Amino acid sequence: MADHDNPETPHACPSCPPPEPAAAPSRRSFLMSMGVSGLAVTGGGLIPRGQVQAAVPVAAESTAAPVAATPLAPGEQTVTLVVNGAKRSINVPPNAVLLDVVREKLGLTGTKKGCDHGQCGACTLHVNGTAVNSCLSLAVMHDGDEITTIEGLAQDGTLHPVQEAFWAHDAYQCGYCTSGQMMSAVAILKDARIGRDDASVREAMSGNICRCGAYKNILAAVQSARTNMPKVS
Amino acid sequence: MRHFEYSRAGDVGQAVANHAAMQNTAFLAGGTTLLDLMKIDVMRPAAVVDINRVELKQIDALPDGRVRIGALVSNTDLARHAKVVADYPVLAQALLSGATTQLRNKATTGGNVMQRVRCNYFRDGVSPCNKRTPGSGCAAVGGINRSVHAVLGTSEHCIASHPSDMCVAMAAIGATVTVQGPKGTRDIAFADFHLLPGDTPDKEHALMADEMITHVTLDAPLAGAKSAYLKLRDRASYQFALASSAIIIRLEDGVIKQARIALGGVGTKPWRAPEAEAQLVGQRPSPALFEAAASAAFKTAVAQSHNAYKIPLGQQAIVRNLSTLVA
Repeated sequence: MADHDNPETPHACPSCPPPEPAAAPSRRSFLMSMGVSGLAVTGGGLIPRGQVQAAVPVAAESTAAPVAATPLAPGEQTVTLVVNGAKRSINVPPNAVLLDVVREKLGLTGTKKGCDHGQCGACTLHVNGTAVNSCLSLAVMHDGDEITTIEGLAQDGTLHPVQEAFWAHDAYQCGYCTSGQMMSAVAILKDARIGRDDASVREAMSGNICRCGAYKNILAAVQSARTNMPKVS
Repeated sequence: MRHFEYSRAGDVGQAVANHAAMQNTAFLAGGTTLLDLMKIDVMRPAAVVDINRVELKQIDALPDGRVRIGALVSNTDLARHAKVVADYPVLAQALLSGATTQLRNKATTGGNVMQRVRCNYFRDGVSPCNKRTPGSGCAAVGGINRSVHAVLGTSEHCIASHPSDMCVAMAAIGATVTVQGPKGTRDIAFADFHLLPGDTPDKEHALMADEMITHVTLDAPLAGAKSAYLKLRDRASYQFALASSAIIIRLEDGVIKQARIALGGVGTKPWRAPEAEAQLVGQRPSPALFEAAASAAFKTAVAQSHNAYKIPLGQQAIVRNLSTLVA
């Protein structure tokens, strides 16, 4: 498996097409290419029936590509979200959850599904600059809203100071909670109403559970990123 | 999640009309309770009216000294509002002790008033539960009832504690819930809004058909009073109260002139304790006095199989909070 993920490894499979030069190291794109139909079957429960197959080709595209509105299926409505600065129009049924739509229809899988009930924080993203649990939102509630996901933090290839700090402080182990931790951290550091001391940061970050227990390093990373945050106008 | 009809209301009139247009309809605000319970199939609305675009996000200081809070003001914005921080510290503290940053950002004032109980038997979808399935019984009586079950205001049909911290502070402050329905608007005293379970645990509040909360108006703050919220729980953050106290107290020349005490985690509704307040008024603070007040608050308490500890714990939540406030 490592061969597939490492662009430095010589191309070992004579019958396989050469790897895309610009391809991100992507276990996901490998899985997508191997099993579109399999995913459509096994993943069918998240966004209600009929949506997953439509989602896969979108998910396989670049995340920056605009998503064109397709004809509405019965019960669906078109929702326009400004996702990481790009306008995305999508058709969703009312019971499509924002988290599932972001992951499955928009292909932005950096936002993680943990508990799916607002208890773990893995799905944290920003709606109009405010950190929320995307598992407890319907996509239809957010027509016209600006959504920022973990994919939207880095600018022009430069990591956000919070991402840099998590890297520098080794603020993760398995990494599953990390995108949610970082989205919370960014919002907290921008919010002047939240205290700067360690206790205030711990309290404000308590909605993000890390089962590996990397809290000490997460706190160190958040506090260290504070000095490098972009100035809020 | 099951399918449902979705509509978005632009104003209260439209929200109420949309709600009345179908049977089994739910208002959707922050969604932190409703969507959670819809995902586990405990709430099954056929239609959802999204009220998030309704203009109810203002906090207004009224000329009579009261503060009117729009139903859609988030728990975060309410807790951080300058007026609340200055005049109602007990409310700011209660709000910030509840849930998490992300949840408080979504959760609304009206939604918090309407939040459902955390009883596992209510949430599991299969156990007997008179709230979920009236007449089916209560699995919590004699079941596991250590953490989110009450000792005050229970009945043989339901013992779930009310989960809100915000409401406990409001019960102490005193407030009015303004609702609007097909027949117009009306005010309900906060103390009368939540109902005791009695024989009808499925009836949790005084709302009538298709009525929607539009505002919660806090009574004017007691001039010269101090207030605080003390929450005791299994872990230091992001946990429901085992016992909590919201206390407002005013002393004059070393004598307690006014006292308001409400309790969380121990009651089936946000629990005002007038018996405890009566013990305090006119007296000089002392440990013995605080013990007497705490004892009075739990005079009618009934312990369940696993939560007898809540009676001394709740009493200590009163004593410690009072002691800190008068120190």
